[in-house]
Amino acid sequence: MSSEPHEGHLKQPLSDRTWYAGIAGLAVLGWLAYGQLVPFSEWITAQFPVERHSHTGEAIAFFAYDVPKVLLLLTGIVFVTGVLRSWFSPEKTRSILAGKREIWGYPLAALLGVFTPFCSCSSVPLFIGFVSAGIPLGVTFSFLIAGPMVGPVGLGLLYGLVGWKIATIYLVFGFTIATVSGFVLGKMGLERFLQDWVREMTAAPVGDLPEEQITFVDRLKTGAEQVREIVGKVWIWVLVGIGIGAAIHGYVPEAMMLKIMGGEAWWSVPAAVVVGVPMYTNAAGVIPIVEALLGKGAALGTTLAFMMSVIALSLPEMIILKQVLTLRLIAIFIAVVSVGILATGYLFNFLL
Amino acid sequence: MKTVKIYGPGCKRCEATERMVQEAAAKLGVEVAIEKVADAKSIAMAGVMSTPGIAVDGKLVHAGGLPDAARLEQWLGA
Repeated sequence: MSSEPHEGHLKQPLSDRTWYAGIAGLAVLGWLAYGQLVPFSEWITAQFPVERHSHTGEAIAFFAYDVPKVLLLLTGIVFVTGVLRSWFSPEKTRSILAGKREIWGYPLAALLGVFTPFCSCSSVPLFIGFVSAGIPLGVTFSFLIAGPMVGPVGLGLLYGLVGWKIATIYLVFGFTIATVSGFVLGKMGLERFLQDWVREMTAAPVGDLPEEQITFVDRLKTGAEQVREIVGKVWIWVLVGIGIGAAIHGYVPEAMMLKIMGGEAWWSVPAAVVVGVPMYTNAAGVIPIVEALLGKGAALGTTLAFMMSVIALSLPEMIILKQVLTLRLIAIFIAVVSVGILATGYLFNFLL
Repeated sequence: MKTVKIYGPGCKRCEATERMVQEAAAKLGVEVAIEKVADAKSIAMAGVMSTPGIAVDGKLVHAGGLPDAARLEQWLGA
């Protein structure tokens, strides 16, 4: 245990034992609270002067159930992911991928994309770091598509809100789209559409960082830091997403939903992609909307297409990539990924 | 006098890292010249792929996430 002298007003670092006990205590509290979601939301709804089964009553109940549920799930998943990801780094991933030029590079890149931590503010240096180390452009794309699309946060929320079947389908197809799109983009020989200076930068020095000695408590701290940062940033999108989901759940008539998002309307899949791409949110914001859409009878393929295009093809992300990619390359990238998403959407509407 | 470069596009964590460097330097009584490197090309040229990255006297010591305060003092004190 730490035995540093007191430093007056300076914050004392918490001891290792405090960390273990604190995390265990919070996990138990979260677990208990998770069991009380239904009584809690019913109690909240009863505080409003509305009929329980009216449109407004249904919307309030959905909101009061989903907000604590999503926030609890999100906190837990982000924490666990943060701890797991402390074993991975973009630098390590790069050295793993740099040796793999053959066909295995694509699925491997997609797999590593899921586990390697990177935020959107790092995506440009990461992109350049990969390409300049000789990792093929297509493999780099597989990595960049898989990261946000099949990230553990989205999968965990999907599992918690709409069940394991859809979460599994999403995992398999998200992974397939990332692998196949990267492969197709790689075959197109698009290196000439990189911004000039990126193409010229072929041999950037590899940052050989000394392996830092970190303890398990350091990894727990990383997880806690991730929770503070990610939940602190996305909670507003969570509220907006659940608000939209609640409105759909309470007010949109099923007949109307079947007409615009049902399996019969052939144009609904491309429409879902067109609506999804410019939407700026993230997995945590869009999954409550997906939950409400599916509950109202929207077709699975159409809903998956909507969710995938929101998560994998957000416009702000493309604007960040504009620093390294020409507009033409961005357009090709969007087109290839969209085709994959459309195919997935039609396939499921056709099968189910 | 130590030269500290902070690599990052100017996100919140980069600002927090800069403050941590200043605090650690003040605590150790080391004079530091902090340079912020924000453009993508220079960040990648330094071999940094996850920001913020830190280099002390030209040597990259850290990349990705906030540095640990105790280690920061080691790097600045060395």
